[in-house]
Amino acid sequence: MPFNKHLDELEAQSIYIIREAYAKVNPLAMLWSIGKDSTAMLWLVRKAFLGRVPFPLVLLDTGMEMEEVYAFRDRIVKDWNLEVINYPCPPEADMDQTLPPATRAAMRKTEGLKGLLSEHDFKGLFCGIRRDEQGLRAKERVFSPRSLDGSWDFKDQPAEFWDQYTTNVPDDCHLRIHPILQWTELDIWQYTQRESIPLCDLYFAKDGQRYRSLGEKNITMPVESNASTINEIIEELKTTDISERAGRTMDKETEDSFEKLRSQGYM
Amino acid sequence: MNAINKHDKLNVVIVGHVDHGKSSLIGRLLYDTDSLPAGKKEELEGICKKRGVPFEWSFLLDAFQAERDQAVTIDTTQINFSTVMRDYVIIDAPGHREFLKNMISGAAQADAAILVVDASEGVQEQTKRHAYMLHLLGMKQIAVVVNKMDAVKYDPKVFEKTSQDITHYLQTIGLQASSIVPISAREGEMLVDRGSNLDWYRGKTLTEILDSFDVSNMLSTQDLRFPIQDVYRFDEKRVLVGRVETGILRKGDTLFFSPTNEQAVVTSIESWPDDDEIVEVHAGKTAAITLSEPIFIERGHMGSHAEALPMLSNVFKSNIFWFSEKPLKVGNTYRVRCGTMQTAVSVQLIDHVVDTQDLKKTEGASEVAKNAVAEITLRARDVLPIDPYTDNARLGRVVLYDGHNVAGGGHINMEGYPDQRKSSNPKSENIYKVNHSVTPEMRASMLGHYGGVFWFTGLSGSGKSTLAVAVEQAIFALNMNAYVLDGDNVRHGLNSDLGFSPKDRAENIRRIGEVAALQANSGVIILSAFISPYREDRQKARIAAPHCFHEIYIKANLETCEARDPKGLYKKARVGEIKEFTGIDSPYEAPENPDLVVDTEVNDIETCVEQIVNYIEANVKAEIIEEEIKNKKKDLSLVRA
Ligand SMILES: Nc1nc2c(ncn2[C@@H]2O[C@H](COP(=O)(O)OP(=O)(O)O)[C@@H](O)[C@H]2O)c(=O)[nH]1
Repeated sequence: MPFNKHLDELEAQSIYIIREAYAKVNPLAMLWSIGKDSTAMLWLVRKAFLGRVPFPLVLLDTGMEMEEVYAFRDRIVKDWNLEVINYPCPPEADMDQTLPPATRAAMRKTEGLKGLLSEHDFKGLFCGIRRDEQGLRAKERVFSPRSLDGSWDFKDQPAEFWDQYTTNVPDDCHLRIHPILQWTELDIWQYTQRESIPLCDLYFAKDGQRYRSLGEKNITMPVESNASTINEIIEELKTTDISERAGRTMDKETEDSFEKLRSQGYM
Repeated sequence: MNAINKHDKLNVVIVGHVDHGKSSLIGRLLYDTDSLPAGKKEELEGICKKRGVPFEWSFLLDAFQAERDQAVTIDTTQINFSTVMRDYVIIDAPGHREFLKNMISGAAQADAAILVVDASEGVQEQTKRHAYMLHLLGMKQIAVVVNKMDAVKYDPKVFEKTSQDITHYLQTIGLQASSIVPISAREGEMLVDRGSNLDWYRGKTLTEILDSFDVSNMLSTQDLRFPIQDVYRFDEKRVLVGRVETGILRKGDTLFFSPTNEQAVVTSIESWPDDDEIVEVHAGKTAAITLSEPIFIERGHMGSHAEALPMLSNVFKSNIFWFSEKPLKVGNTYRVRCGTMQTAVSVQLIDHVVDTQDLKKTEGASEVAKNAVAEITLRARDVLPIDPYTDNARLGRVVLYDGHNVAGGGHINMEGYPDQRKSSNPKSENIYKVNHSVTPEMRASMLGHYGGVFWFTGLSGSGKSTLAVAVEQAIFALNMNAYVLDGDNVRHGLNSDLGFSPKDRAENIRRIGEVAALQANSGVIILSAFISPYREDRQKARIAAPHCFHEIYIKANLETCEARDPKGLYKKARVGEIKEFTGIDSPYEAPENPDLVVDTEVNDIETCVEQIVNYIEANVKAEIIEEEIKNKKKDLSLVRA
């Protein structure tokens, strides 16, 4: 395994966070989107518990993921012997129709999440977001308290320092736990490569196109790329200045769509 | 010079008075280091145009609508940029007073700080406050930038004056800036490029200074501290997990655990995927280990080497910053966390409050208001493994919680407290050599309860013996093994050589404490009924039984006790027949933070007995239940792998 001090540090920090959550928050679940970030997070969970995954994984299923994504999911669930809650999201027609289409689609996940939380009484949800993905996610805490409907008050977040996290929340609240908040897209790729973590084929270029981020079929577009191996992707990232979520139409729709989504409970 | 590894990331926090240009500096720094995504500058120009304001670099960070409207930065943001030398993460810290807690969240993660001072406004209130916070957070690498040099026509005299002021303030709080640079964030001068207006300045540019900062830490060279984060059970194995905070943990090491004073050898370092080659874990890395002995260990216990132990104390001082709306008050109880340990503490004293502006110390304050800093004395129920900040920067600090909310934090300062490690070290060599193969858990499952020391303290005549005997009966009737230790069964044998001088009294209590601890370890519920007038002596008894000691204050004032005078002792003391009688001519130091207060003036005997029995039951039985739950939860053998 190639030595990389920076990745070792990130890994140690994430494992520490995962174990803190396990020691202090109960019951727990992990949101698994099947993408590279949450799969790397799942890998870190297995490291933390020496090969085990001591809580269920939750898949917020819109029924709109790409076929390759579902196939990948089924393979990993089987190979890694995972306990998965496949939670169906409410139909598009139930969404606020004043929202732009892509935001509306993302809203389905938000609503699915609310449904999940009201049916299962999870106190903590692991979520594989990263600070570098989007300006708003940069504002996140590692342990982020939410009210039951998932809403988030970015102006009054608890202080978080010296690796002491907010782990006690009132009865009607839960915690979003972000073990890979500190990682960058490049870190995730380097780690995926170093650890040989399996990934969905869609990330790798075919016919001059590949996906940088996997969202629903109707709202995620491939980007132009010839990177067909992790090494090539890493090289590409080192030179690109196009943002990772560029393939996602939602973020572009309005200046504030992401903010609205998040304040209502989006990941 | 050390070769800088491109993989090392330096975390930088940017602090300073509101409007001195922190956000602008960040925006410009990103631009000048080519770290902006394509189209970002144009997007900003568009936003500014739409709002009809001149171009503002600071808008870059304002990810929220709300912030744009108010034109202030609300929260810590993390942004990546890089120079040719290495990668950086900048933490944007806001300048508004009420956002102190956010600034701390940011600054606490940083390796280095940039303090921004407006050239024409000079050192302002938050300049000082933030510098003081950097000092409390232990920041060593600080660059000062004197910003907006364009607005003062690049006048070297203005720079000189501001430099002197800030240097002076930093010196008085024990900080030193690595460099002071004149810059213009707006024009992009002396950040990356030198520009053409600051030729009189010969020093390094801001990025050159950042590149000269160091990320290597010396944590691995310090004494080993391995705070236990959790205990997992895998099939037959019991695995302890945690992060090595300082030092190096090696397979084969004998670990000494505090506060239980137990030791065992590290038999394996576990990993997944399996890697037999891992035989040591350095500071900063997580570890999962198995031990040679089934000793009692739980989250919060500290593993170290016997030759370099942490201190043990339930009282310590802390230099804190406080950002809760509700002021910190003497007598209030808070939760404190230090490493993986968490415990309740009460504020015994506010030694002084510090004004960060003129650095004046005010003694005798009864509260610490929001955003103030102070030195306080905290008292915990149990003895805790403690490292002063000066010995261990990672563990010598605490975070304080009020209810669900984080309320403050600070450094641990043990100046003026006795360091018992020197006097009680023999413990580690002689006494704890006996390796019990029967664990407390095994005893508890046989007996149906854990052992414990329930230490009654109070004046003569307060009701200690009467209550102890009645409680013994009641507990026994509940099928639990309780035993009273009092003057009758101790003075005649174990302590027959002792009189009543302060020295003998102390020795009397010390021996009782040790005997009580031994019996409690064997599973007995000990009820000790001694006046035990000195806090220090009771403290020693607590240290002897650190995880099962309960101080029960049997409360009745002197008048009441003297009126009761069941054995006629007060009368004798009053006429001088008994010397050094507690309450008359010898002091009684009431407990400051007892685990239970039983008021015999207000309540009758039955009520008091019931109160104590309930308390004991909850503490010897609850632990069993708790342990069961924990075992269930942590038993990962049941989890699919
Ligand atoms: N003339 C001049 N103005 C500046 C410079 N840097 C920042 N400013 C202005 O100072 C004001 C406050 O800046 P901002 O970055 O928001 O300050 P913060 O509150 O410290 O983050 C804004 O109006 C900026 O345009 C500079 O180098 N020169």
